[in-house]
Amino acid sequence: MNGPENMEFFMDHSRCIGCRACVQACEECDTHRGVSMIHLETIMRPDSVQTAPQVCMHCDEPICAQVCPADAIKKTDDGVVQSSLKPRCIGCSNCVLACPFGVPKYTVEINQMMKCDMCYDRTSIGKRPMCATVCPSGALAFTTRENIERTRQGLAIREWQFGGEIVRTKVNVLVPRNVDRVDVTIEQIDTTGTDEYDVARLLAGD
Amino acid sequence: MIGFEPWEDFPFNQGRLCPKGVKRYMQDEHPDRLKAPLVRKDGIGFVPVSWDEALDKVAGEIKRIQRQYGNDAFALFGGASLTNEKAYLMGKFARVAVRTANIDYNGRLCMVSAGAASKKVFGVDRSANPWSDIPLAKAILVAGANVAECAPITTNYLWQARENGGKLIVMDPRMTPIARNADLYIPVRSGGDIGVFNGMLHVMIERGWIDREFIAQHTTGWEQVEEVVRKYTPQYAARIAGVPAGMIVKAAEIWGPAPSSFLLHARGIEHHSKGVQNCMAAINLVVATGRIGKEGCGYAMITGQGNGQGGREQGQKCDQLPGARDIENPDHRKYIAGVWGVPEESIPHKGLSMVPIVEAVHEGKIKGLLAISCNPMVSLPNNSYVREACEKLEFFCQVDFFLSESARYADVVLAGSLMEEDEGTTTNVEGRVIHHQKAVSPPADARVDWKIICDLAARLGAADKFRYNSSREIFEELRLASKGGIADYYGITWERVDREKGVFWPCPSADHPGTPRLYEGGKFNHPDGKAHFQPVEWKPAAEETDSEYPVILTTGRVVSHYLSGTQTRRIGALVDQYPQPVCEIHPLLATRLDIAEGDFVKVESRRGSVIVRANVVKTIRPDTVFVPYHWPLDRAANNMTVRAIDPISNIPEFKICAVRVSKVSPPHDALAELPMEAGGVR
Repeated sequence: MNGPENMEFFMDHSRCIGCRACVQACEECDTHRGVSMIHLETIMRPDSVQTAPQVCMHCDEPICAQVCPADAIKKTDDGVVQSSLKPRCIGCSNCVLACPFGVPKYTVEINQMMKCDMCYDRTSIGKRPMCATVCPSGALAFTTRENIERTRQGLAIREWQFGGEIVRTKVNVLVPRNVDRVDVTIEQIDTTGTDEYDVARLLAGD
Repeated sequence: MIGFEPWEDFPFNQGRLCPKGVKRYMQDEHPDRLKAPLVRKDGIGFVPVSWDEALDKVAGEIKRIQRQYGNDAFALFGGASLTNEKAYLMGKFARVAVRTANIDYNGRLCMVSAGAASKKVFGVDRSANPWSDIPLAKAILVAGANVAECAPITTNYLWQARENGGKLIVMDPRMTPIARNADLYIPVRSGGDIGVFNGMLHVMIERGWIDREFIAQHTTGWEQVEEVVRKYTPQYAARIAGVPAGMIVKAAEIWGPAPSSFLLHARGIEHHSKGVQNCMAAINLVVATGRIGKEGCGYAMITGQGNGQGGREQGQKCDQLPGARDIENPDHRKYIAGVWGVPEESIPHKGLSMVPIVEAVHEGKIKGLLAISCNPMVSLPNNSYVREACEKLEFFCQVDFFLSESARYADVVLAGSLMEEDEGTTTNVEGRVIHHQKAVSPPADARVDWKIICDLAARLGAADKFRYNSSREIFEELRLASKGGIADYYGITWERVDREKGVFWPCPSADHPGTPRLYEGGKFNHPDGKAHFQPVEWKPAAEETDSEYPVILTTGRVVSHYLSGTQTRRIGALVDQYPQPVCEIHPLLATRLDIAEGDFVKVESRRGSVIVRANVVKTIRPDTVFVPYHWPLDRAANNMTVRAIDPISNIPEFKICAVRVSKVSPPHDALAELPMEAGGVR
C-alpha cells in the first residue's frame, strides 16, 4: 500500500507485548537474512513482562556516522541513516559503542556493522517498514502525524537527552503529554527494583 | 513458497501478524513434510507406499473393525484448523461413509464451554460483535485470555479502546503483557472466576447498575440470578476468587456504570470442569446491563485456532449436523438427510466426545481411530492415559503433513495438505467467512485432504455421495446444508467473500448483507426471542490442592508456539524464541522450596511429571505455577493435567490440577543431552 510522503515512524514502548513479530519479520529480509535489525529488549523479566523495541532512531546528526573512521555510514536526503557500506566498513565498532540507543551491531562472520535502515527498500517506494507493518500491538507504527494525533493519547516527540547531549531523531517516540524530551538517566538495574508488578504484593492489598 | 508479504487491505488485521504468522510460510517446503503415505511394517517401521495400498488398508481395517465390533467401534477425530469445506466433509464422512456416531474434533479442547454457555443464554454459538466494536467500548473485561500471546492481533483493538478513554480490566492468575497495562488487573485464582463475576454482579445490583427495563423486556431468569448472587458479597466472593475484596468492588465500579462495554473471554475461564458455568456467570454481567447488540456494546469468546468458529459449525462434533444443527432434532436430521440423499434413520445419533472416546478406547469399546488436524498425544489431558489408549487401538490412521507424536502411533499415515495447498474458507472469531486461495500444490506425493477423505469414502461404498471435483463443490453443498440452520451460509459465495472482504453469518440469501452484529434490538435466538439468564453457583475444581500436592498447576501457551507444537517446534526462529518449556514460579514460593532461577525442577501430579527449568518471576500468583503445553513426551504439561471434563461441554480441566514442585539435578537422559534446537535442555 503506497502512502503519502508525510509518513513517519512512531514507537510506543508502553504498547509492546514482547511477541517478537517485529524481530521475526525483520530477519526475513534477504539483505540480512536470519539477523534482525530491530532489537526487542526484555527489561527485567523477574520483575515484569515489560518489553521494549528499538529501531534505529535515524538521528538528525547521526553519532554513528560522525565517529566512523571509514566514512561508511551515510544518510539519505530524506533523513534515513543507512547501514554500513560493505566496501568501507572496517569493523572497528566505534559506532556500536557510540550510539546512545545501542542500535548498530557488529557481526564477526562478515566483519561488518549492520543496523536498521527503516526498510529503505520498502519506504523508498511508499511501503511501510516490515516491523511496523506486522506489529500486532501498534507499538510500532508507520503512519502520518495527523493519524497519531487523532488516535493516540500520547505525544509524539523526537528529542532525547543523554547526559549533557541533546539528540534529535527522525523516529518519533510516544510519551506522556507533559514530556517534551526523553531524559535518559543511567540507573543501577539491580538496586532500582520495581514491585509494581509483584502479584503477591497486589494480593496482599498493598 | 519463498516468503510472505502482509496483506494490509484485509480489515481484521490490516497486515498485522504474530511471529508464527511471519514464519508460517516455511511449512510448505519443510524437510519434515510427509511426502507419501506411510504404512507401519513390523520389524522395519514406516515404509512409503502407494496411495492405493494405503487407502485400501485404511478402508479394509474400517470395514473389518465395524464388521467385528459394530459401526461405533471406529471413531474419527477432526480439527478446527480444517477449512469449513473439510470440516463439513468430516462430519458427512462420519455419518454417510463410516456410519459411526463417534466423531469429534479438537475444538472439544477449546471452544465448547464458551459455545455451550452462549447457546444456553443467547441461543447462538458465536461472538456477538465484530472486533470493530471493541475500541468503542468504555469498559472492557478480559477474563482468562492471554491476548498478547494467544490472540496477538486483538491487542491493538484493546489498546485503541484505552486510547479512546476506555478502561481495561484483566482477570488472570498471571500478569501477562495485557494485564500489565490494565486499569485493573485481578490476579484471580485459577478456578475462582465465579467469585469475581458473581461478586461484581452483587455490587452492581446494590448500586443500581442494572438495566431493569432491558431485563424485563428482553430476558428471562433474572430473579434466580439475583437470588443466587445475594450471598456473593465482596468478602464472600473474594474468598472464592482468591483476591482482595476491593478489587471486585473496583471492577464493578468500572463495569457497572459504563455507557458501553465489551466482555472477552478465553480458555482461562473455559478450561474447567465448570467451564460452562464460568462463562454463563460472565455473560450475566453483559445481559444485566443490557449492553449488547449495539455499537461498542458486546460480547465475544476468543477462538484458539484459525477456524475455531467455522470448525464447530458444520458437523464434525459428536452432537452436531451442518449449520450448527442438532443431531437429535428430528427436523434437523430430516433436512440434512435430504441434502445428503440418505435415509434419515441412517444418520447416527449423538456419539461420544473426545475424552470419552479415548476412555472408550482404553476400555476396549472403540478399536479403530482415524484422526486429522489434531495431535491427541500432546493435546489431551493425562498423557500417559492417552498413550495407553493409543497402544490398545487395533488400527489407527493419522492424516497429517508432519509425523507428529500422534502419527508415530499410527498404523497408516496419510500425507495431507496445508492451508496454502488447497482452496477453501474459514470463519474467523467474528463469524466472518474468509476465502483462502491456493498458492502451491502439495509436495511430491502428498495429497489435498479432502481428496483423501473422498477416496476413502469411495472405498467404503459411498462414492456417489463424495463425488466432488473441487473444494468449491464442497462449499456449494455446505451452503445448502447450512441453509435455514443457525450458522446459515446459504447467501455466502466465494465471490462475495472476495468482494466484501468476508461475509458474516447468518447470511440466509444472496442479497442479505450478512450479520456482523448479533442481537440488535434485544432480539435473541431462543424461540421466545429473549436471553435466558442462568444462575451460577461456584464449586471447586475436580482436583484442588492438598497437603501432598500443595501447588496449583495452570497450563497455557507462549506466543511463538502453536498448540501441540508439531508445526512450530520445527521452525528454528520460533524455537529460538522459546526453546524449552519452563516452570514459572513466584519468588516467595521458590524460596520456600529452595529453588533459584534456572534450577531444574520436577513438577509432579498424581498422574505424571515434567522436569524443566524454573523461571522465577513476580508476575504469577505465589500459590500457582505455570508450564506451557507445546512440548511432548517428558516435557508435556499434559503429563500432569487431570482428565476431568465439564459435564455439559466435555472440555477438559486444563487450567487447574494439584502438583508438587521440587528442585532436582539436571536431567541426563538422551533427549535432554541433545542441543537446545534439537529438543535438549542444555
